[in-house]
Amino acid sequence: MAKRIDVKDLNLFYGKFHAVDGVSLAVPPRSVTAFIGPSGCGKSTVLRSLNRMHEVAPGARVEGKVLLDGEDIYASSIDPVQVRRTIGMVFQRPNPFPTMSIRDNVVAGLKLAGVKNKKKLDEVAERSLRGANLWNEVKDRLDRPGGGLSGGQQQRLCIARAIAVQPDVLLMDEPCSALDPISTLAIEDLITELKKEYTIVIVTHNMQQAARVSDQTAFFNLLGVGQPGRLIEVDDTEKIFSNPSQKATEDYISGRFG
Amino acid sequence: MNERIVAKRPADTDTGARRGVPAARPAPEAPIPPTTEAEKKAPHVRPGDRIFRGLATGSGVFIVVLIGAIGLFLLIQAIPSLALDKVNFLTSREWSTGDVNNMRYGILDLLLVTVVSSAFALLIAMPIALGIALFLTQYAPRRLARPFAYVIDLLAAVPSIIYGLWGLFVLGPVLTPIGQWLTSTLGFIPLFAEGNVSIEFGGTIFTAGIVLAVMILPIITAVTREVFDRTPPAHVEGAIALGATKWEVVRTTVLPFGKAGYVSASMLGLGRALGETIALTIILSATGTAFGWSLFDGGATFASKIALAAPEFNDPRSAGAYIAAGLVLFVLTFLVNAAARSIVAGHKEYE
Repeated sequence: MAKRIDVKDLNLFYGKFHAVDGVSLAVPPRSVTAFIGPSGCGKSTVLRSLNRMHEVAPGARVEGKVLLDGEDIYASSIDPVQVRRTIGMVFQRPNPFPTMSIRDNVVAGLKLAGVKNKKKLDEVAERSLRGANLWNEVKDRLDRPGGGLSGGQQQRLCIARAIAVQPDVLLMDEPCSALDPISTLAIEDLITELKKEYTIVIVTHNMQQAARVSDQTAFFNLLGVGQPGRLIEVDDTEKIFSNPSQKATEDYISGRFG
Repeated sequence: MNERIVAKRPADTDTGARRGVPAARPAPEAPIPPTTEAEKKAPHVRPGDRIFRGLATGSGVFIVVLIGAIGLFLLIQAIPSLALDKVNFLTSREWSTGDVNNMRYGILDLLLVTVVSSAFALLIAMPIALGIALFLTQYAPRRLARPFAYVIDLLAAVPSIIYGLWGLFVLGPVLTPIGQWLTSTLGFIPLFAEGNVSIEFGGTIFTAGIVLAVMILPIITAVTREVFDRTPPAHVEGAIALGATKWEVVRTTVLPFGKAGYVSASMLGLGRALGETIALTIILSATGTAFGWSLFDGGATFASKIALAAPEFNDPRSAGAYIAAGLVLFVLTFLVNAAARSIVAGHKEYE
């Protein structure tokens, strides 16, 4: 469980376009790291490179290293499918599989991994739904389609789906941007709960959210249009929001920029 | 059309308003409101909206009326001849309409040959079309997928008479040894039994079904490909992020999403196969023997029978017999499409 991530001199490309330049950062286990920055600065791209989702886009390319407890996930001997099974991801828009029931959605990852035992699957479904604070709301309708839930419930269903496989790391790409404030609060509380067991990296446009949930914050920026995104600084969240060492960071968080 | 909509709308609003404020309205005004309401509402309906709505509704009504008129025409033309039929129209295997005073005809054989050849074609075309659509949308490199798709679409542009000639002169001889092998080794299964026409000549349902399969392949493929291409990327990404392999992504997202479209595409293909005329007229050998449930039988489908009988149409009574057969084909195609619709409607959760 809960492994640390070390990113070393990561360069990301879409075809010829250099999207992210030279990112290095460390994510300690059992903590929340927030990525903030203006749109197009590459924070989502960096996040997606942490579970090898970046390379799914046509022409996408990765240079540099991402170490998961010291092991490079981009080493040639590593199967990207295995990487994604140990690093869960939650997306901006809730994306439960609409043809599957709530229960099947939660255990979809386990089924892919070959678990067939129904008792075990039911156990995991309950544990994960409890873990995602959704159990009480859906326990009577586990066989109904996941698409019938509200947006916030769907997002928690997706979190349940991601934690069902007990990943080493949980990546969240703006998980609350499509949700109302109450659902957002529910997810934020959940993140605080989950960090006891998981290493969490979250991309957010909401700086209050970053300040509320994260232990460490990384600020990304780009120098101009067509330029690659860069990591400006990464530090304790408290320090970033009170006394950042870079002027650009201060401008951004105080609203004088983008 | 327009008048009805315009007239209806204020009436609806009025009942709503009356329900909302029953006490506020003085009694003498009660009969008048429709007009005043209409005047008040009129500026809110832009003329462009009204015209477009009229055109759209008109087109919709037109097609329904057209189909109804075709059905009605077939029925009116068929009834007098059906009255002259000396045998049961639905269960007889005879077909003699030459002597108008002693017409004995039934559609059973036509129905069976039509359905069996089309079902056989569908059985061949469905898995191949699925494979092509998956290949084009999921596996083929983008640069290859486009030209490949055009080639498939081109298959639909080949005139059916060409398919008929190709089936009879090229495919038939090629299939002869296969047919002979099937009848000699699997002949104990009725479907592969020795048929009522010569296998050497190739004019069998077997040949016809394969030609039909090639003909309906592009339709099924094109529609299925379109549907598969529209799989929401969010679901695909969700599956990938869970550690799904390419095939598992296809199985958990693309196939469930595209299933309804694939089935209705296949029904569309089936509809075309059922009505295919000229290719089958050329390929299928005529036979005097009844259809015996073998793929190596000959015979005629509804459409090929009607096409072959064109010279008989000078007498309305014998022509009516064929129109009656056409009516059955019409109903059959209608049922197939209705079935496809209901299957699609059963998978609404994705809409």
